[in-house]
Amino acid sequence: MSENVEIPSVEEVSGTGVAIRGNDIDTDQIIPARFMKVVTFDGLGQFAFFDQRFGEDDEQKDHPMNEPKHADASVMVVNANFGCGSSREHAPQALMRWGIDALIGESFAEIFAGNCLALGIPTLEADAETVEELQTWVEANPDGELEVDVTDETVTYDGREIDVEVDDAQRKALVEGVWDTTALMKSNERAIEETAESLPYVEDGKRV
Amino acid sequence: MSERTLYDNVWDRHKVTTLPTGQDQLFVGLHLIHEVTSPQAFGMLEERDLEVAYPDLTHATVDHIVPTSSTERPYGDDAAEEMMSALEGNVREAGIDFSHPETGEQGIVHVIGPEQGLTQPGMTIVCGDSHTSTHGAFGALAFGIGTSQIRDVLATGTIAMEKQKVRRIEINGELGEGVEAKDVILEIIRRLGTEGGVGYVYEYAGDVVENMDMEGRMSICNMSIEGGARAGYVNPDETTYEWLEGRDAVPEGEDFEERKAYWESIRSDDDAEYDDVVTIDADELEPVVTWGTTPGQGVGVTEPIPAPEELPAEKQDTARRAQEHMRVEPGETMEGYSIDVAFVGSCTNARLPDLRRAARIVEGREVDPDVRAMVVPGSQRVKAAAEKEGLDEIFTEAGFDWRGAGCSMCLGMNEDQLEGDEASASSSNRNFVGRQGSKDGRTVLMNPRMVAAAAIHGEVTDVRDIEEVARQ
Repeated sequence: MSENVEIPSVEEVSGTGVAIRGNDIDTDQIIPARFMKVVTFDGLGQFAFFDQRFGEDDEQKDHPMNEPKHADASVMVVNANFGCGSSREHAPQALMRWGIDALIGESFAEIFAGNCLALGIPTLEADAETVEELQTWVEANPDGELEVDVTDETVTYDGREIDVEVDDAQRKALVEGVWDTTALMKSNERAIEETAESLPYVEDGKRV
Repeated sequence: MSERTLYDNVWDRHKVTTLPTGQDQLFVGLHLIHEVTSPQAFGMLEERDLEVAYPDLTHATVDHIVPTSSTERPYGDDAAEEMMSALEGNVREAGIDFSHPETGEQGIVHVIGPEQGLTQPGMTIVCGDSHTSTHGAFGALAFGIGTSQIRDVLATGTIAMEKQKVRRIEINGELGEGVEAKDVILEIIRRLGTEGGVGYVYEYAGDVVENMDMEGRMSICNMSIEGGARAGYVNPDETTYEWLEGRDAVPEGEDFEERKAYWESIRSDDDAEYDDVVTIDADELEPVVTWGTTPGQGVGVTEPIPAPEELPAEKQDTARRAQEHMRVEPGETMEGYSIDVAFVGSCTNARLPDLRRAARIVEGREVDPDVRAMVVPGSQRVKAAAEKEGLDEIFTEAGFDWRGAGCSMCLGMNEDQLEGDEASASSSNRNFVGRQGSKDGRTVLMNPRMVAAAAIHGEVTDVRDIEEVARQ
């Protein structure tokens, strides 16, 4: 039953990083549509950023996600408007299944950030300069540990602490472990029915 | 009550409660589903032993993966067949209406919703597809969601959302010949940027929108998401009501009048307060085409392509890479850019008036022998209506391929794809690298008449130079 779904709180994420540079990276780049001809999300990890990572005959191209030193990365550092375009949850699913547990960037497209939240993946924002500095450090220090504190909105690396911003609702949802909203919303069943019946176009749960 | 927007009104009517996160829980009046983003959600429901809460407010279609050459089953592509079978099983079990190809009502989800009158003013509408913003053309609050959110909506009939700001975009004046809704929205995205709308809902208004037909309003709202705005809407008016009257799911007679009163009641007040207002002078616009790999990288067809260094600092790098990919030079115009493929289709521009306008350009002319040209109607009904008017013959006589309904080459999930580094003139909504099926493919977005003109000349052409335009 839904009541039994465990939703862990996400207060901290730690691990090494990988930098993906560029503004306006769309979800078609994160997961090309041809890999969406599936009825489950299993196995999507290998196709994350596929066309950037692999050539015509599947040979590896220069890409941070192909470098062995970044193979275990769990924090992705990106630039502005990351995840724009299609609403496909396949994009954060692919990143999560590749190993990403948190994203830090200048800004995120709205649907993408919402999809990340639904998977318990924080999307933290910082200004362009801070992000750029962090990307450079991650590239030079692939084994360097980043500690992302969602509650305090900070990232600690290289002995320093930087401020990042998390949307209020996102922070509460992650920290309090209510980012999976199905059971929470289902528990308001009576209020849902009342709202439905108050609408001129719904009667007994049907369209009229 | 005064000073309220349609967004405020529709939000409040559908608000169930405020969640502990501070988000509001909103009731969903219409949940549209399709084969690509829903099967995993049905799987999650099964895992949690949950049922579909409001099957009668849910409607399914198949669009992304359907072949447009034949509806014969099983589909040639095993993966497509598996997705279609999964959808058939899921809707059967849950008792959800399905605009199946066998019904003659199948089509792109954002075409069939309005067409069947499922989409109505004052509703909340969601779908696992970012172009759900299209339905805002009717004064609905409509937005795209991800698969976990589809699970939420299936299981509870509701969604968790944060309220956003509203930006009113007024397009005043009159559109010149050859300039249409698609050009308006490409211009808006070009000016405000691909992330300019993040955190906002767009309210489109002004003379141009008020005088525009519903199909044009849909084209504008459709691409709200390309400007970063998850939803966009137009206040409903007589044009809206006339368009809806008589459609399948719309109430009739007295019930229609009663429903109309509700639709009128949710309109933005004349003195509504907006978080931002942007005005655009329609008289200045010309047909807009994209030169790059985001929908914001657009330019008037006779204007020079900008040099990256002329753009704001944060846009320069993307612009450089885009110009390299597209093989265009700053200072040149897009007019004359050689194309290999012409695609009239997609949820942006594949409705009957779109096809009619394109057909008038094509009539009595021939597609350039080096161009592969196709028309993909937005739905089976659009296709049938177009055939009744003989549009199919106009297109096929000119050398266009006349295909079945679906998303087709907009996103390359069926067999309709760009090959190698082909360049396409496309009436669709995204020119992202790889979007049309080939990672080296090059997409130039434009209005459907511009696509028709490009097909005839084998290169991007200013449709205003074609004599029929003056007469339209």
